[in-house]
Amino acid sequence: MGLKDINIGLSTGLVDLPEWEKSAAFKDYQELEAATAQEKSGGLGVWLARLEELVAIPVNWGRSNSVWPVTFGLACCAIEQIGSGMARFDISRFGSEVFRASPRQADVLIVSGRVSMKMAPVIKRVYDQLSCPKWVIAMGDCASCGGPFNNYAILQGVDKMLPVDVYVPGCPPRPEALFYGIMALQQKIRATEKLGVREKDS
Amino acid sequence: MEPIGIAKELQKKFPDSISEITTHRGQVALMVERTPIVEMCRVLKTDYQMNHLNCLCGVDNLSRKMAHGERFEVVYQLYSIQNRVTLRLKAQVPESDPSIDSITCLWSGANWLERETYDFFGIVFNGHPNLQRILTAEGWEGYPLRKEYALRGDTEWKGFIELKEKARQLSKFDFYGAQVEQE
Repeated sequence: MGLKDINIGLSTGLVDLPEWEKSAAFKDYQELEAATAQEKSGGLGVWLARLEELVAIPVNWGRSNSVWPVTFGLACCAIEQIGSGMARFDISRFGSEVFRASPRQADVLIVSGRVSMKMAPVIKRVYDQLSCPKWVIAMGDCASCGGPFNNYAILQGVDKMLPVDVYVPGCPPRPEALFYGIMALQQKIRATEKLGVREKDS
Repeated sequence: MEPIGIAKELQKKFPDSISEITTHRGQVALMVERTPIVEMCRVLKTDYQMNHLNCLCGVDNLSRKMAHGERFEVVYQLYSIQNRVTLRLKAQVPESDPSIDSITCLWSGANWLERETYDFFGIVFNGHPNLQRILTAEGWEGYPLRKEYALRGDTEWKGFIELKEKARQLSKFDFYGAQVEQE
């Protein structure tokens, strides 16, 4: 998988390539690519590292293969999300079949649909209740940037209030696209270096 | 009885209040004054078996340049289940005093419909048991379906401003200390 595929797959298509290459997100993907290549080549030749980094390898492997989403649907994207959980597409091939009914037991919040202003505080609360480590997937055009709903009632992208890890374009995205997003998230988790201790209150 | 017949009989009962009867594709609509709306609906409900309130909504006629009629309309779509006839009442509501009597005394189902009309058009329903906003978020300002309301709203909803501030404060406790994108 080339770098360009990631660009096309993960950017919302609104960013020009030269600008995109200057962005911080592009740098992240470059690092991610390098880490993945190292992983694939069976690298990590020298086993001299900080304990935290050594521990991170199996922990990230475990985390990335059991990304449990919270049961949460907003609009038509939620139908595709349900479809991806069913037997034909079968999200359990990627370890994400356990849709937890409680956010405290889930790892990822898939924002599947348009976020209305009235719904925004609810989503924020669900996100706050997710236990760390937690990730967010913005599924579909509406959750990514507002989509066709350019009006007073709809939030123009859930990234205005939540830190989004992966954007999945499509209206709605097919289950395959959601899987691509989940696999991108898995790559991102595997490339995590520090295990993410909560920072202390400053 | 055909809807046009009901409309003409009603015009005889309320000669001063019904200014116009129009028929469009077999749908009969009455343009009526707002003051006797409850009495008019009561007559239709009891004497003509128009016992079902299909729909109640508001209309903003700002850009229509009507020769007669007021800026706002409250449209009542009535249906008779026994006789299978439909009748539409279009009550005229002026911009200077956007208010009309509530018909919740006749159809309790009008409760939420009137709240919705109030929510989006700012038309006050006198005698409504619980007239408050129903669909927009709490503390919403302005009436979104009025023509002068901007598509993206005039101001950002203050609840969302609070939410963004909360998100900013909480973001340092995030897993990676992630920062929420600032506008």
